[in-house]
Amino acid sequence: MKASTFKYLHAQSKDEAYAAFAEYGDEAVILAGGQSLMPMLNMRLAQPAVLVDINPISELSGIVLLNQQLHIGATTRHVDVANADLIAAELPLIGCAIKQVAHRGIRNRGTFGGSLAHADPAAEMPACAVALDATFVLQSRAEERRVKAVDFFLGVMTTDRRPDEILTTIELPAQTSNDAWAFHELSRRHGDFALVGVAATARRRSEGLEELRLVVFGCEERPRISKIAASTSLSQKDALELATAVAEDLDPMSDLEGDAKTKRIQARTLIQRALDDLFVEGANG
Amino acid sequence: MAEMLPIKLTVNGAVVSKLVDPRQHLTDFLRIDLGLTGSHLGCEHGVCGACSVRVNGQVIRGCLMLASQTDGADVQTIEGIFEAGEAAELIAAFVARNALQCGFCTPGMLLTAAEIVAEGKLLDRQEIRNELSGNICRCTGYQSIIDAVEMVLLEKLKEA
Ligand SMILES: Cc1cc2nc3c(=O)[nH]c(=O)nc-3n(C[C@H](O)[C@H](O)[C@H](O)COP(=O)(O)OP(=O)(O)OC[C@H]3O[C@@H](n4cnc5c(N)ncnc54)[C@H](O)[C@@H]3O)c2cc1C
Ligand code: FES
Ligand code: FES
Repeated sequence: MKASTFKYLHAQSKDEAYAAFAEYGDEAVILAGGQSLMPMLNMRLAQPAVLVDINPISELSGIVLLNQQLHIGATTRHVDVANADLIAAELPLIGCAIKQVAHRGIRNRGTFGGSLAHADPAAEMPACAVALDATFVLQSRAEERRVKAVDFFLGVMTTDRRPDEILTTIELPAQTSNDAWAFHELSRRHGDFALVGVAATARRRSEGLEELRLVVFGCEERPRISKIAASTSLSQKDALELATAVAEDLDPMSDLEGDAKTKRIQARTLIQRALDDLFVEGANG
Repeated sequence: MAEMLPIKLTVNGAVVSKLVDPRQHLTDFLRIDLGLTGSHLGCEHGVCGACSVRVNGQVIRGCLMLASQTDGADVQTIEGIFEAGEAAELIAAFVARNALQCGFCTPGMLLTAAEIVAEGKLLDRQEIRNELSGNICRCTGYQSIIDAVEMVLLEKLKEA
């Protein structure tokens, strides 16, 4: 199908985008990589009056390391995140998970911030952002806000972002050699959205793991930290028991890919694999 | 209809200036306005890869980019890539391996495969399959397409 009619604005600066928000209110929708929005326009699931293309705003793109924090510009494309040496070195969880995001032609255009702003429950980057305790920088003409990833995602494709805000930067603490991480996903084909997936981080201690941040995606309405996993100081022998308890605590949405029961069983298996990885240094992925 | 927008871009090396409807996607622009029908439209929502074209050196989905976004861009379609002889080895391998039947997916497959070959990494069959995962073929069952790409990658590496 073809998109319905809209006005197209090529924003050269954030100010030009803010001007469009002031004039058109929530009739104005940001266009980043277009890899989620364009399908919705073509299928007429979205029919905004105005598209504000933020691709020309060069300050919104790029990756830098500042005070042990990676700052990823919102319009940095998936392919550039996947190929960045800084990501491979400082954020191996993202480096691993980004390879599972969509297919080559989509990764060449889709953006890091777009994936977060879109907030698909089966998307990899929102789950990783929560597991890594990312902070999102949202800017409007009036103010700049910083929102923790755990507070940003409110529901299916619903976030804390206001219509007059641009997600500009995502700040992620660099992972250190004491930080264990794991990522697993189940999908029918490489690059598809996850049927179910798990992203997890933890701190290694001599007695075991602490500060376990385990997120199951492709399952519930939004990515969240498993409370059960977080409250446990873990040794390897507990892994199976914990995987079962975390899976029991999920409230999976049934969808075309599987009913809630199936998803819970799939999630339990992936959680167990993730926990096994966390205990073995260097055995991630 | 919304106000028409002027765009000026390069398509297969030639400068093109046109007025476009803001909602028109790139593949419709190439097919309807420029008569370049080598890029196909299967799904128009990003799933099949038949619409693949190269913009500023990267393969993208023409159905998920607006023509109005290509002002100043360098666009290459299968027609231009064929004429430049750039995909000659891949095309020969596709023929040798019977890697097409109806040919609907082939332009997109060739563009994606060309990007994989240009990256110059030796990939095993599973990796080739993963790299081509965004291009759907309803005829071949993929084995022969993987054969063809593997053949070209192996030849390239022998040369290197
Ligand atoms: C066939 C197919 C398979 C895919 N598979 C996967 C997959 O496996 N995993 C996955 O995670 N994704 C997948 N995607 C989606 C892809 O990763 C998108 O690129 C991504 O979800 C959205 O990013 P975008 O830059 O394309 O955003 P757009 O499509 O441009 O925008 C998406 C939404 O976010 C808003 N937005 C974008 N940027 C900003 C910003 N900076 N500030 C505020 N709001 C903003 C837009 O207004 C819009 O509502 C797939 C897409 C397709 C078509
Ligand atoms: S027509 Fe563009 S991906 Fe199918
Ligand atoms: S050859 Fe017919 S779709 Fe691939």
